[in-house]
Amino acid sequence: MSRTKITWRRQAMGLTAGMAVAALALTACSGGGSGDKATGPAAAISQADIDKAMTTPTKLTFWTWVPDIENEVKLFEAAYPAITVDVVNVGQGADHYKKMRSALQAGKGAPDVAQIEFQHVQSFALGDNLLDLTPYIPASTSADYVPWVWKQVLSTDGSKIWSIPQDSGPMGGLYRDDILKAHNIAVPTTWDEFATAAKTLHAADPNVYLTNMPGNDMGQFTAMLWQAGARPFGWDGDKQVTINVTSPEATKVAQYWQDLIQAGDVSVDPDFTDTWYQGLANGKYAGWAPTAAWAPVFLQGTAANTSGLWRAANIPQWDASGSPVSANWGGSSDAVMKSTQNPIAAAQLALWINHDPASTLMLANTQFLFPTTNATLTSKEFSDLAPEFYGGQKVNQVFADISKTVPEDFSWLPFMDYAYSAGQESVGKAIADKGDIVGALKAWQDALTTYAKQQGFTVK
Amino acid sequence: MTAADVRLPQGPPTTPTEPVRRRGPSPMRRRENAAAYILITPFVVVFALFIVVPLVYSGYLSLFRDQLVGGTTFVALDNYTRALTDSSFLTGVGRMAIFLLIQVPIMLGLALVFALLLDSGVLYLQRFVRLGIFIPYAVPSVIAALMWGYLYGPDFGPAAQIAKNLHISAPPFLSQNWMLGSIMNIVSWEFIGYNMIILYAALRSIPSELFDAAAVDGAGRVRTAWSIKIPAIRPAIILTAIFSVIGSFQLFNEPNLLRTIAPNVIGIDYTPNMYAYNLAFINRDSNYAAAIAFILGVVIMVVSYSVQLSTQRKERAAR
Repeated sequence: MSRTKITWRRQAMGLTAGMAVAALALTACSGGGSGDKATGPAAAISQADIDKAMTTPTKLTFWTWVPDIENEVKLFEAAYPAITVDVVNVGQGADHYKKMRSALQAGKGAPDVAQIEFQHVQSFALGDNLLDLTPYIPASTSADYVPWVWKQVLSTDGSKIWSIPQDSGPMGGLYRDDILKAHNIAVPTTWDEFATAAKTLHAADPNVYLTNMPGNDMGQFTAMLWQAGARPFGWDGDKQVTINVTSPEATKVAQYWQDLIQAGDVSVDPDFTDTWYQGLANGKYAGWAPTAAWAPVFLQGTAANTSGLWRAANIPQWDASGSPVSANWGGSSDAVMKSTQNPIAAAQLALWINHDPASTLMLANTQFLFPTTNATLTSKEFSDLAPEFYGGQKVNQVFADISKTVPEDFSWLPFMDYAYSAGQESVGKAIADKGDIVGALKAWQDALTTYAKQQGFTVK
Repeated sequence: MTAADVRLPQGPPTTPTEPVRRRGPSPMRRRENAAAYILITPFVVVFALFIVVPLVYSGYLSLFRDQLVGGTTFVALDNYTRALTDSSFLTGVGRMAIFLLIQVPIMLGLALVFALLLDSGVLYLQRFVRLGIFIPYAVPSVIAALMWGYLYGPDFGPAAQIAKNLHISAPPFLSQNWMLGSIMNIVSWEFIGYNMIILYAALRSIPSELFDAAAVDGAGRVRTAWSIKIPAIRPAIILTAIFSVIGSFQLFNEPNLLRTIAPNVIGIDYTPNMYAYNLAFINRDSNYAAAIAFILGVVIMVVSYSVQLSTQRKERAAR
């Protein structure tokens, strides 16, 4: 099978030699042999095979933008001295994906293991770029992870494991305790209370907003749709996609923020910009809500001067009577590329980094990646931390509890790069312009539908 | 027909000592030719590898459509017809045309004024001034855009701070209506010095007898500049104009970096180049991006050529 494949390749290469010269001249490819590609055997890999692979000197390349992940990799290399891992940071987010897609398309220079955020897993699965990890990891692995998180890394039919979860972002809220107390405002528990609080606060002090709603963060906006019960995206794993960003639930979210924004009760600065960092540090925003579990530590670095003044809370609810519902914003995983020459070692690296108790605790407590394993989430070393920045509040415990309230059934389109980009051009622009956000949902829907059809999908 | 025709050179004079050759070049000429070919080989190789091959390859790519599901199909000129009705692309080209019409005359006008001032020797600290105007060109455009991003900043930039202290509202440099002007300002700041140096070098090469003659005829500095210097450096001015045309349509770095601080003002299709880039890497539609790039290349060629043509016509008319 693989032999015929190679022969076919050779012939194809001969035919397109001219093209290949051009491609070589254009892309300064890094090395990489042309041996057998991993073909993903159906049967589970035996422990003997794993032991053999893990004691054979092997070099792996790992693309990730997690700062200082070299420390966890060192633990892995200590456990498996035969394996050397080359950690490469090729850029964060979009830059990282651009380079991955280029390398994968070129067929050369792709890493063995790469970080992929939850929302982009399916798009790499669509390109047939990912190795199904099912045979490479113990069947019991799934039980070690938070159920909704595990769902994020499976194929759409649940039969394949595309990656190992690294961190997650269950959504809550962070508020300035001092500002709210000064204006006698309680931490809002429902979105109705949140709107009233935003109005009251801004009326009392025109320089202060309860929160900021950026027009450039479709990740956050999508997570709000998730919380409100909208299921805007779907993919059957083949040719059919579901696109429904104009559902009543989505419209409810858009209408809610449109009212607050047009009344001027929340600001609309783009997030993760200097203006926004300043706003968090100088009290322009009395809260960051909704935000995610990775935010508490991020904030400590951004607004160090406000230490002791912040508190974490649950995300406001749409339905006060029911059990609380949250959603996820952010979070990523480590996947093994199908093109790897060393599938067993690569799979072990992806799993070990995100499964070994010492490694996951280090990720949680020194890199502040919100855990995905049940063990770390419930470990005392993690949940008992009471940072001074939050006045001694056990912030991790707050978000660990929220993690239990994230609905499992949220799925993605296999082209979320485009979906977010088109969302920012429509919904995001309406937010920034304080315009018709509800109407912009329709524009987003149309853009997505047109694109999906152009790309050969059928749209449900 | 006209006097101008009469004065045209009559072609190379044939020297009577050298007989007319009919049987190919002499051995010496042949050796010279060989040397010339050897000397230009490195250029031709690099040119072919990095200009011609990619050009042909992207031309080839632009004739296909590669769908996320369904694979690659030959679509002939479909991508081109799609581009010609694509409002994102057309708006981008239109925006760059406005940019060109406003920014380039201002930039080249100022560059010319500075070059003439430097050349006339009326300035003190000439070298210092020359360097000062040129330095922005030496600043990488990435750094320049970041720096201007700070200067334009609505909350903490110097303009905002001054306005705050005066209790007036600062100009919204990064807003929808101001953005194009703000980018024009950055690009002008970057390239005035560069164009000035080209024009200044051309001014230095004008034979000084012309100035003596002008002085004898009683022309002042302004008159000399207008009637002698500017006509004499016309080729250099055309060169800078064509460079600027190309630069305008290719605008990418400055808007792409300002996008990080004004993500909802500068869309993915703000300039045609940004649009092609995002089509390739976000929409994952490199075939269509190739078609867009090709059409943009044609637009640039047409505009550059018409700039050249119109100035040539003027020149001919002036003669």
